[in-house]
Amino acid sequence: MNEKKERMIFDVTYQPQVRTVRDTQRIMLDVIIATIPIVGFGVYRFGWHVLLLVLSSMAAAVFFEWAYRRLLKKSISIDDLSAAVTGLLLVMVLPPQTPVWMAVIGDFFAIVIVKQLYGGIGKNFLNPALAGRAFLTASYSGVLTIVVIDGVTAATPLGFLKAGNPMPFTLAQSFFGAIPGSIGEISSFAILAGAAYLIARKVIRWRIPAAVIGTVFFVSLIFGHSGYGHLDWALQNVCAGGVMFTGIFMATDYSTSPVTINGQILYGIGIGLLTMLIRYFGGYAEGCSYAILIMNLCTWAIDKACHRRQFGVSRAEFAAQKKAKKEAVS
Amino acid sequence: MAFKFKGGVHPDYRKSPEVPVTVMTPPKQVVIPMAQHIGAPCTPLVKKGDTVKMYQKIGENSAPVSAPVHASVSGTVVAVEPRPHPLGDLIMSVVIENDYQDTPELMEPLTPAELKDPEAILRRIREAGVVGMGGAMFPTAFKISSGRGKVDTLIINGAECEPYLNGDHLTMLGHPEELLRGIELARIAQGVDKAWYGIEKNKQDAIDLLNSLDPAKYGVEIVPEEEKYPQGGEKMQIKTITGREVKPGGLPAGVGCCVISTRTAYAIYQACYEGKSVVERIVTVDGSAIGAPVNALTRVGTSLAYIAEQCGGFVRTPRKIVLGGPMMGICATTLEAVTVKGTAGVLFFTEDEDRTVEEPVCIRCGKCINVCPMRLEPTYMYQYYKKRNFEMLEKYHVTDCIECGSCTFRCPARMPLTHAFKTAKLMLQARAAKEKAKAEAAAKEAAK
Repeated sequence: MNEKKERMIFDVTYQPQVRTVRDTQRIMLDVIIATIPIVGFGVYRFGWHVLLLVLSSMAAAVFFEWAYRRLLKKSISIDDLSAAVTGLLLVMVLPPQTPVWMAVIGDFFAIVIVKQLYGGIGKNFLNPALAGRAFLTASYSGVLTIVVIDGVTAATPLGFLKAGNPMPFTLAQSFFGAIPGSIGEISSFAILAGAAYLIARKVIRWRIPAAVIGTVFFVSLIFGHSGYGHLDWALQNVCAGGVMFTGIFMATDYSTSPVTINGQILYGIGIGLLTMLIRYFGGYAEGCSYAILIMNLCTWAIDKACHRRQFGVSRAEFAAQKKAKKEAVS
Repeated sequence: MAFKFKGGVHPDYRKSPEVPVTVMTPPKQVVIPMAQHIGAPCTPLVKKGDTVKMYQKIGENSAPVSAPVHASVSGTVVAVEPRPHPLGDLIMSVVIENDYQDTPELMEPLTPAELKDPEAILRRIREAGVVGMGGAMFPTAFKISSGRGKVDTLIINGAECEPYLNGDHLTMLGHPEELLRGIELARIAQGVDKAWYGIEKNKQDAIDLLNSLDPAKYGVEIVPEEEKYPQGGEKMQIKTITGREVKPGGLPAGVGCCVISTRTAYAIYQACYEGKSVVERIVTVDGSAIGAPVNALTRVGTSLAYIAEQCGGFVRTPRKIVLGGPMMGICATTLEAVTVKGTAGVLFFTEDEDRTVEEPVCIRCGKCINVCPMRLEPTYMYQYYKKRNFEMLEKYHVTDCIECGSCTFRCPARMPLTHAFKTAKLMLQARAAKEKAKAEAAAKEAAK
């Protein structure tokens, strides 16, 4: 008996010896689950084409990730589901009439150029889905900057707001999604349902979405717009465009957003401000996705600046530390 | 008294306090390591062929940071030689052949006058070999005496926030009055008027029981605490009870606090009232390789192989043996290793508990930052560790890491964070030592 036991070899690892069950794959699966109400509403509004678009885009994104890593003899990472999430989110910010082949091109750009060339998950500095969308809108602006429903071009609510025309949609219509727009952006109600799930599952924290949406709301509330009531204008800005979806699903992208706690709030406020800057003064009616791409580039600097006050250091000591650092630099 | 510390995690507790405490039959042979504490190891006082009694002192060292060790069974010394220690090394140990008589050699219980005398209590704590039984095994007498004059708050740690472990909880339920008396003694030895006893709310039955015994009579106040790991961490316990934060690199005494664990307080009671030295403790034996969990009063020096056998043997092949709790416990390399004073649990894990991956990739989710109770930034610390950037590691305060494992527990990408920080700290220490030696050499050169 002793002989047998002596031959037993045991694993030795440093603490902790237990880990949570929630791994990367589960987190990505949670994101996919959270988009179910949004995709469902998209199918209800725009027809089965949406589902085809979603599934083929997910499949294409997974294929590109697999093929890239296979060709470069890297470990296959598709089972973490992050590629599937990218493919899914890309479709969410495209208009419903987008042809499947166009989404596939977007997937290629998002996965290969934006994500894998920089080392894959966790290393890319731009949000792949939004970069894919930016690439597609630049390449096929004729097809993608308009929204076509049942063969008829529909003006989006933000288009009305931009032009300063009277808004034909009530707030309830904007909130529940009876408006034209990108597949994932129209129903704030469905998006909030998804967000509640993500926050309950601790996949995302409330900080970034709250900062983005809060900033957009307060900036538009304060500055208003001629021809609209301040509150009405502010709520339409939050619900009618891409702020709700991108603020919750895109701005919280792990790789491209700050990890520090104050940094996340700063980042969210930055996105909100840039969005409103574009909406007020830019050429586009929409601005959220570009705002996020710009803030993505600031992520590293924000994290550096938002160093945390560690345990045992009082506020006064922390301020003194910062001051000493500043003096050392100058 | 409702302060909160930031961060923390909620591991699956998997506790089994409903399993009554059983007494594990002592093994035929016990192996008593001469180092069961932080500090100077003891010199054996016995030699091969000697007859020893239970509770008899068999190892001692007069250094201030040390604690004597005692025989956990009566019988004959069959060897005094290096044996595998739970920490992995070979450590000088006394091997005793058990005569199953348990002939005791007790110290005289303290007289009522001595029970009021801080010095007498302190001497007894030292003599009985009481160490931090929560796992750190820091000599308690030294902890108390070194804090004198600085400490105004005595805290008893009853959080038991580690999953699986039940020893503290069961001690509270089984010996509440003795426990309160032990705390009273620690309080007198420390020279303070009041002791706070922090207990996690998941032990409500113990909180109610202790409160029903009028703890104020002993100068003790029970503080129910939120159920969260690492509530039982020394710094977190101080923060929760007093709101004070131990300074980076500082000691609890620096903010006027001294923290001792539940089982330590009970050991103090046993030493002073019953004249017993530390030779046994409740060990929780659990893990998926063991059929059913066992909470057994186990003698110090019992081998893991014997424990497994007594608990019904393995139902599945164990892959890992953890001594202590799963969050901060260490891995044993062999079944020959024995339990020591600080071993609160022996967990036999199979591949079910193994959640490591071959190529962990950080996804920058930032969860490690959210859960770090020391408010550090583990993900960046890890990146600087990978680059061996010691300057930045210091700037990111890797030295403040308490190695609680919360970040690693929560990490969805399975990064070996705590391991990296432990290594980084050792590397920084080695570097500092090297630089110091260099500076000294240069100073000598200059003096010439």
